[in-house]
Amino acid sequence: MRKIPTGAFVALALALAVGLATAVSPFASSSPDGLETVAGDKRFLDEGKLAGVQKDSPIPDYAFPGIENERVATGAAGFVGTLAVFAIGFGLAWVLRRRDPAPGGGGAAAA
Amino acid sequence: MIDLPIALHIPDGFLSGGVALACGLLAVVAVAYGLRVANVELDEARVPLLGVLAAFIFAAQMLNFPIAGGTSGHFLGATLAAVLLGPWLACLVMAVVIAVQAFAFADGGISALGANVLNMGVLGALLAGLAVGAAMKVVPHRRGAFLAVVGVVSWLAVMTGAAATSLELALSDTIPLATSLPPMLGVHALIGIGEAVITAAAVSAVLVSRPDLVALAPEELKRPPAAPAARPVGGEALT
Repeated sequence: MRKIPTGAFVALALALAVGLATAVSPFASSSPDGLETVAGDKRFLDEGKLAGVQKDSPIPDYAFPGIENERVATGAAGFVGTLAVFAIGFGLAWVLRRRDPAPGGGGAAAA
Repeated sequence: MIDLPIALHIPDGFLSGGVALACGLLAVVAVAYGLRVANVELDEARVPLLGVLAAFIFAAQMLNFPIAGGTSGHFLGATLAAVLLGPWLACLVMAVVIAVQAFAFADGGISALGANVLNMGVLGALLAGLAVGAAMKVVPHRRGAFLAVVGVVSWLAVMTGAAATSLELALSDTIPLATSLPPMLGVHALIGIGEAVITAAAVSAVLVSRPDLVALAPEELKRPPAAPAARPVGGEALT
């Protein structure tokens, strides 16, 4: 059953994702999360380190570089990141998709 | 100490080389199988769905919600991905999200990438694939029952990931299992409730708008309700 077309569904879902990442994530809790809390309590948090390539990561710690206001920097990171993940996921899926024989196109009949 | 964004993601330095490698191999096998499955199952119409699901999970993972004791948690999404796309394509989606987080946002380690994909993606996705299928053999094929199953399974998926993380930390001689497991499970029991609520709400929204896109939903829920009058399916038609 298709109550709404795929294009509209994807557009709505993407708008929701981008909206959440841009407008809501700046107000998300900044308390240490589950693993971080346990690592802090049990004194192994300091063993964590950044890998070499991560020191050059484009948007470290979800703060868009060059923006002073923390909330704006987080929102910008969320906006860019969500669209980038969409593009990568879409691109990967496009490359991997099932190739159905072109309808009426090529001469080679499906076995 | 540098300000390290952990966000449930294991950073480099927590796991030994051997454990990181073993987790990496398991993650690679699962993702490689996901690539194979995509070639068979991923029709053109669902290409944008995979992209938007990855985007949604990325966005939702940024939304840390406060739980008890000055701790926060966030949505993981493996169960949601598995319910919508099936477990193997879900492994792909989670690998995309977690790899972008590690490389672009310095969230989660690079050598620990395999472990993070395993803990937050593969284990939950495969558990969801098995458990939702098994549960729908015994519960009624109704919307509410299906959503309840999805919620419970997503909670279990979070707990499984937390237990796996503790086990990996113990095998790495970072912290004994007996020390890390109780607090990890305690914290994640609460995070899992958030996971269950968000997953059930998201699946419910897709069931309302495009039930055909919910891969693990029973067939009855994917069809319009007013289809050829109530035809008993299997042994399972009556309330």
